[in-house]
Amino acid sequence: MISVRGLRKHYQVHKRPPGLKAALRSLVHRDYTAVKAVDGISFDIQPGERVGFLGPNGAGKTTTLKVLAGLLHPSEGEVTVDGHVPRFREEAFLKKIMLVMGQKQQLLWDLPPSETFELNRAIYDVPRLQYKQTLDELVSLLELEELIGKPTRQLSLGERMKCELAAALIHRPRVLFLDEPTIGLDVSMQVTMRAFIKAYNEQTGATLILTSHYMDDVAALCPRVIVIDKGQLSYDGSLDALVQRVRPEKRVVLRLGQPVDAALLTPLGKVVSHEPGSAVLQVQQDAVNATVGRALSTLPVTDLTVENAPLEEVMSELFQEGKARRAEAAREEVPA
Amino acid sequence: MSLRTSLKALPTLLRIGFSEAVAYRAEMIIWVLATTMPLIMLALWSAVARGGPVGRFGQAEFTGYFLAAFCVRQMTSSWVAWLVSYEVKQGTLAMRLLRPISPLLAYATEVLAGIPLRVAIVLPVLGISVWVAGAERAVPTSLGGWGLFALGIAGAWLITFYLNVLLGTLSLFLESSQKLMEVYMVLFFVCSGYMFPVEFFPPGVRTVMEWLPFRYQMGLPVELLTGAHAAKEAWALLAAQWAWVAGLGVVSTVVWRRGLARFAAFGG
Repeated sequence: MISVRGLRKHYQVHKRPPGLKAALRSLVHRDYTAVKAVDGISFDIQPGERVGFLGPNGAGKTTTLKVLAGLLHPSEGEVTVDGHVPRFREEAFLKKIMLVMGQKQQLLWDLPPSETFELNRAIYDVPRLQYKQTLDELVSLLELEELIGKPTRQLSLGERMKCELAAALIHRPRVLFLDEPTIGLDVSMQVTMRAFIKAYNEQTGATLILTSHYMDDVAALCPRVIVIDKGQLSYDGSLDALVQRVRPEKRVVLRLGQPVDAALLTPLGKVVSHEPGSAVLQVQQDAVNATVGRALSTLPVTDLTVENAPLEEVMSELFQEGKARRAEAAREEVPA
Repeated sequence: MSLRTSLKALPTLLRIGFSEAVAYRAEMIIWVLATTMPLIMLALWSAVARGGPVGRFGQAEFTGYFLAAFCVRQMTSSWVAWLVSYEVKQGTLAMRLLRPISPLLAYATEVLAGIPLRVAIVLPVLGISVWVAGAERAVPTSLGGWGLFALGIAGAWLITFYLNVLLGTLSLFLESSQKLMEVYMVLFFVCSGYMFPVEFFPPGVRTVMEWLPFRYQMGLPVELLTGAHAAKEAWALLAAQWAWVAGLGVVSTVVWRRGLARFAAFGG
């Protein structure tokens, strides 16, 4: 469905130091720096896959999504989406895709969302009957009955995002790019959005690529993740395998009936946190059974769960690894 | 987007554009108040004409001319340059580019959809003009005259639209095209016949004006509305106007397409 080969997107960015002198100098001489937003990444995505696109701020995630959606022209490389070259922005291509950006809106600000839906029906040339069926489904699944008649400006952020998503799906895109779709939403709205996005993928078989800084979005939606850092691909595989690679240790989370002394916890494993009513231990995978047995026999445990390390920590460690690698490479490049 | 799909979508685009225009009616009224320069110029030139006609313009001719200028401005105005520039800077142009419809067509329908509301302002002003200046100095007195005016106002609208597209698109090449828009507005005010009829320029300067697009944005439709030209002369001027339409259409579309390759879709 999606094929990316050696994609590069470089920008020339004007740089100048602060101050009047630098401002005057820039009138006659401008210094430009090449920024490598995306620097030679390749991957394939099969029809119906749900893929998380992860990376720290400025890693090149959104740039890649914008190239895939045909908004940006690549500096180098080959990109195809369902047989189309995105930068040509062919009508058939644009009718198959949609990019939802949590920080941008397509809803008409001073008109009710129903007007944007109708506009999209006309623009995407959706037959009336199909439009009605799709809209009824979206209204019911996203609980939009009360919202679609109110001016967009009067909707809350969460309400607006639900309507944004509905507007994006009126033409039933086969490829859905989601750029931080839950940004700024409360926890309950995030859960609603995730459930809806997953249901859409399962019902329609649409391919889905998601970027999000909320790891819960990724964990709930994406069996596969692609990690890019400083424009380069640093991981492509299953989320579970990523966690196993970066943080093979497990977390044993204990709920305690009464406070215990720290000295009782230390022999069981690395103490990650210790509160009067709870404790979290980090142990090697092969020591989990033994640790659980000892904890149950020596501590006033009321509840116990074994978990992977939080995804946020896994990602943070992965990005730190990348940073350290780059620093090392830079040191090696400096002549002695 | 194919022509067939565009035509099918057009009524909905215009209807929703009209709904937006109605939603922004207060803004439109303020804009109308800001375009009363012809009324100020009318007062000024009428005072001058009190001492005797200026060329072919007596007080009645000035009334017909400047009220027509006010009406033509309402019908041909465009804010696409500012819109494009804003959307490029904010990155919101991305949302337009995702849709299978030419953004230029979308901009055009947004501007066109506001015209019915403007007609509601224009009609009473034309009525006043007929009453004060006399029908022969205010509106065409024959069907053919109305036809020439219709061609003239359509050409003026298109030139204004394409110049706006061109100026707005320059923001894809320059860091900001706002100052260029200000320069354009000054040239438009002075060279188009908005502040005074183009025929008041000395002969040499007037020849230059004939070769610039501004005169075809305002002066020509005003002159056609007020019956200033015989049919043969009107056709010659319309030919020059539509040559500008064709030229600017090609140039603005090419620049737009080249500019899109530079679009960085900043902001999220």
